[in-house]
Amino acid sequence: MAGIALRGLTKDYPGGVRAVDGLDLDIADGAFFALLGPSGCGKTTLLRTVAGLETASAGTVRIGDADVTRVPPGRRDVGMVFQDYALFPHMTVADNIAYPLRIKKVGRDERHAAAGEVAAELGLGTLLARRPGELSGGQQQRVALARAMAARPKVFLLDEPLSNLDARLRLEARTFLKRLQRELGVTTVFVTHDQAEALAMADRMAVMRDGRVEQVGTPAEVFRRPANLFVASFIGSTPMNLLPARATAEGIEAGGAVLPHPAPGVTDGELVYGVRPEYLDGSTEPVEGAFEGRVAVVENLGSTSLVTIDTGRSDRAGELVHVVVGEGEEPEPGTSLWARPRPGRALLFRDGELVGGRLEKT
Amino acid sequence: MAPATSPRSSSYADDAAGLGRGRAAAFVAPALVLVAVFLVFPALWTLYLGTTDYRLTGVAASRPQFVGTDNYTTVLGDGEFHRSLWLTAQFVLGSAIVGQTVLGFALAWTLRDRTGPLRRLVEGLVLLAWILPGSVIAFLWIALLDRDAGTLNALLGTPGTAWLLDHPMACVVVFNVWRGTAFSMMLYGAALGNVPPSHLETARLAGASTWQTLRDAVLPRIRGHVLTSLLLVSLWTFNDFTPFLITAGGPDHRSEILSVYVYRTALGDGRLGFGAAVSLIMILVNLVIALLYLRALRGRSA
Repeated sequence: MAGIALRGLTKDYPGGVRAVDGLDLDIADGAFFALLGPSGCGKTTLLRTVAGLETASAGTVRIGDADVTRVPPGRRDVGMVFQDYALFPHMTVADNIAYPLRIKKVGRDERHAAAGEVAAELGLGTLLARRPGELSGGQQQRVALARAMAARPKVFLLDEPLSNLDARLRLEARTFLKRLQRELGVTTVFVTHDQAEALAMADRMAVMRDGRVEQVGTPAEVFRRPANLFVASFIGSTPMNLLPARATAEGIEAGGAVLPHPAPGVTDGELVYGVRPEYLDGSTEPVEGAFEGRVAVVENLGSTSLVTIDTGRSDRAGELVHVVVGEGEEPEPGTSLWARPRPGRALLFRDGELVGGRLEKT
Repeated sequence: MAPATSPRSSSYADDAAGLGRGRAAAFVAPALVLVAVFLVFPALWTLYLGTTDYRLTGVAASRPQFVGTDNYTTVLGDGEFHRSLWLTAQFVLGSAIVGQTVLGFALAWTLRDRTGPLRRLVEGLVLLAWILPGSVIAFLWIALLDRDAGTLNALLGTPGTAWLLDHPMACVVVFNVWRGTAFSMMLYGAALGNVPPSHLETARLAGASTWQTLRDAVLPRIRGHVLTSLLLVSLWTFNDFTPFLITAGGPDHRSEILSVYVYRTALGDGRLGFGAAVSLIMILVNLVIALLYLRALRGRSA
């Protein structure tokens, strides 16, 4: 059991690409930690540097009490699951799971006993004699997990653990992974580009861009109080409404509406008003302190619908505002809709950074 | 069989290319004639020659006599043939299987994720040995190994050492390793590209040594490539005649591998019938080698 501490971690690739840029990060012992970011943000490089598959150009990696920056991967005591699972096709499931123990020169009987034990924990007990080619995607993933667990490492690293599964299996695997991690209590770091996955599984997460961490926090914190415009636009299955705004005497003006000021006192700088579509209440009757616009598109999301309204009028070009409305409340395209932000749910960004809104602590 | 909807189709056959048997045969015929004239006929001719006392010159050249299996019994009882077979075994094992395969794989493995000038330099040099004509590189090696003005003696500071006279077989083996490594290197280079990086990394994460990584992650993946490469390289080496250009089989037949032995008996001594018999034996040995490898390859898919 061990936490991970990264200090000033930098990874340069030949050719001048800096994948990880002076990054500081602490991952607590026993945490289920997500590294989230768009492709090319350096999250996989970061994971591989923790594993030791990449050597840090500068900075330190500590696992538990030990500085492992220059320690080869085989002696870092980490277990890793690759995106493609990397199971050896010529070995049986049992041999695959026992592989790390075989390299550690554990005797045949002992390592097969250990493999059987881990396999039983993951519900693979009946598949031990099969070969990877005969297993489903979900089973292969569990074999890869079992192999990572077999040597009882201090840290688990999962690279895009769900991306090779089909959509239905993905939900199952998500629940399975989260429960397993809770039961084992081993520090686990996983990489994903899917914000929903990170929000659903992680205890804590780091949102990355261009080799830097933009925000670290619990999924709730990151969702409710994104530290900057990048995080605000990246998190959330329906993108947050981000509208250029101007402070006035009555409140704040955005999208042609005058709204309550989320952070009273902030008047200068380049302001952006942010509110999630889920936190806008749609109304077909005129309402005070609400965006007003014509319904442009209605997209069915199942139990809700995403409505896009155009706040432009004849005298000015407007912004598009997204509103989530409940089942049966969908307006007709072309009609007028008023969208009022729920109190306390709106955010204000100054020069790209969060300055106010959502003052209650999570 | 022409479709009713297509009136012009009467002049087209209904096979994939629309040729019909006659025209298709006409297209294939020139190739078949060439194969027959230059491959099938000589093979059958050799089979026939092997049963006669046909000679290059003299009475037997104009009126060869049928001698049945005499040539074969002579060959199989001939000490020179035994020695030649043994030298060929050394040549194939030493230069093809151990030398080219091991060295080629080692180069491919070392260079697998190298880029830049070093890799290009090594690849360029190795490939050069592969593409230069045999007569040219034979001359280069004679110059290298020459007793009086040889480059090797100058480099090692051993003037007067006659490498080709003292160690003819070793020279020929090293020469063939040098010459043929490029093929193995390129083939294994391509094969290693098929090993998923995550498999190598799984081994690294487990703390595997290079040997363990090769055993568990690499060789099972490229087994087919290894066998194919071994098959081709062994056959090529078994039939290779280039060593003749360096040592001419000498001194005292000490580097007389089978291809050179056939050349000497058939054309040097003029015993064409005898040489043909040896050739047939060589073909049979080739067949055995090929069958062994094919069997190993099939064992993989089973």
